[in-house]
Amino acid sequence: MSLLQVQNLKVYFPVNHGLLSRVRAYVKAVDGVSLEVAPGETLGLVGESGCGKTTLGRAIIRLIEPTAGTVSFEGEEITKLGGAELRRRRRKFQMIFQDPYGSLNPRMTVGEIIGEAIDIHKLAVDDDTREARVKELLQAVGLDPIHVQRYPHEFSGGQRQRIGIARALAVEPQLIVCDEPVSALDVSVQAQIINLLKDLQVQKGLAYLFIAHDLAVVEHISRRVAVMYLGRVVEISESKKVCRDPKHPYTQALISAVPVVDPDLKRQRIVLPGDVPSPINPPSGCPFHPRCPIAEARCKVELPLLREVASGHWAACHLAK
Amino acid sequence: MSSPIDTTNNPAARRPRTPWQLFWERLRRRRFAMAGAWILVGLYAFALFAGFVAPSDHERQDRERFFHPPTIPRIQGWWLVVPRYEQVKAGPFVYKARRDDVKPVQFFVRGDPYKLFWLIPTRVHFFGTGESTHPIFLFGTDQFGRDIFSRILYGSQVSLSIGLVGIALSFSAGMFIGGISGYFGGRTDTLIMRLCELIMSIPGLYLILSLRATFPPNLSSTHVYLLIVVILSFIGWASMARVIRGMTLSLRERQFVLAARALGLPTWRIIVRHILPNTLSYVIVAATLSVPYYILGEVVLSYLSVGIQEPDASWGNMLTAAQNTEHLQSYPWLLAPGAAIFVTVLAFNFLGDGLRDAADTKSN
Repeated sequence: MSLLQVQNLKVYFPVNHGLLSRVRAYVKAVDGVSLEVAPGETLGLVGESGCGKTTLGRAIIRLIEPTAGTVSFEGEEITKLGGAELRRRRRKFQMIFQDPYGSLNPRMTVGEIIGEAIDIHKLAVDDDTREARVKELLQAVGLDPIHVQRYPHEFSGGQRQRIGIARALAVEPQLIVCDEPVSALDVSVQAQIINLLKDLQVQKGLAYLFIAHDLAVVEHISRRVAVMYLGRVVEISESKKVCRDPKHPYTQALISAVPVVDPDLKRQRIVLPGDVPSPINPPSGCPFHPRCPIAEARCKVELPLLREVASGHWAACHLAK
Repeated sequence: MSSPIDTTNNPAARRPRTPWQLFWERLRRRRFAMAGAWILVGLYAFALFAGFVAPSDHERQDRERFFHPPTIPRIQGWWLVVPRYEQVKAGPFVYKARRDDVKPVQFFVRGDPYKLFWLIPTRVHFFGTGESTHPIFLFGTDQFGRDIFSRILYGSQVSLSIGLVGIALSFSAGMFIGGISGYFGGRTDTLIMRLCELIMSIPGLYLILSLRATFPPNLSSTHVYLLIVVILSFIGWASMARVIRGMTLSLRERQFVLAARALGLPTWRIIVRHILPNTLSYVIVAATLSVPYYILGEVVLSYLSVGIQEPDASWGNMLTAAQNTEHLQSYPWLLAPGAAIFVTVLAFNFLGDGLRDAADTKSN
């Protein structure tokens, strides 16, 4: 059974205009996404800026209220849960944030930041076990336990990201939504954090929804990858299949943009014309058709749904083979 | 020996410095701010020890010495002495110092009874001559022959504390209401903000006066004091709530607030633990810069004789005596409470400016 099941999730933000705040339009940030994450697996989620990856991640753990669709966690729907019920469930799914500078409260010590998570779910019987637990968590993420008294501004970006990971781990979650956890870090530090995440996954049996815009990073950590474009999943399969044999023309363009180490290897670079269309007024039919190199007449009219193009390889394209 | 890079063996580097410590270090480097702070410490200490520092009681009238000029002490031999002042003619009250009739200034001298800290009855005053023929009026006397210096000290108990109490009331209300308004947004926000604008759109003085008019005019000074604090806070919370609301709007989108929500923290805890503490450096600056408005608010009310009533002293009702231009020309020392207000307001502004610079790390 899958740990996380997302069905037809939609997040629309109203766009208000004028004095009376009439809703003129909606930004369709996430427009009908379905995906599953099994216990202990990593699902990568890639796409360019503004395609709705972060919104999707936040809507899944209900930091943003979804407009429609369902999110089920261990078979229990969490989209309808209210107040206290939801807060109790929250220890099962956590989030690691993109900005290591903004994700830690500058007025709290590391011990307070991690300890608060333990306190709120009453995971420690007394102060001693709480303190021991905080130190154990710091050690688990590769920080020195003497740092409990310190404030976030005394740490580097990579260290702060480790603190953020320790905070997420403090409540013993089963799923962690990693919202571009390494994109704000140096490349050398990126590798450390990714390896830390992989180690923790093995130790604690965590499942990750790993959001990134860097295909190379996602390929490294994920078993499966979903590619998003304009609020929709356009391709989903095992990461090897997506990277070696992309079916959707958008994914093909993405892959062609990944730099290759071998200077002699000449690859054809697919450059997409134009910009990402506005999610307020997405194109008719296939949202990718204005930029698609192989679009046909029916792409302008008919919205392609995800279909199994090859075994275990799904793509939302009329022409994919 | 440890090199500056080696932070693990350097005990100073290992000791964590809180954001407040860093703030304090930046503040300490600002001389004007520290001067303001020390002046305020001095003023508040005087207010606390008013009975002890004041040579006489604030209600004591010397019927033979109306409009007595400031006593000027001088050094004679080993002693600091004060002369006796003799009235030259009765009408316009002109006095002349008798240089041959002097008495030494004594310290810890017995005088009018008072209660130290409103508790311990005692008669010991910091200085005086101990003789009723040679009173020391540092800032002269008013039209009832009362010592202006003593009255300024007693009045500072009212005027200085009203600022702090008022700020405490209005800012805690403003922070709380603003935090709620910004965090919840939507209709709650609209409702609260329109209410704030309503309060802010009425000219302050009229609002103060009309609120004062809703209560009986002949209240005791304690009641009036509480009333003034409540009235001034009622006007003051709105602007604070607006700013805090704006800061909350931006803070609630910060990732550490999202993280707190993702952890399942209850809303009140997010507001109290994560949002409001991050507005504190602004709040402290704003509070310091607003204290003068509360002090001046009391001054205005007392000046218009709807505030602290005679014979109780406040800087505002003491200035009422300086309304008369003829008196002011002949007896300029009646303006001494004005100077006290000036110094206090200036000190608060210096301190507030320094706090603002220290809070704004980008300015260094």
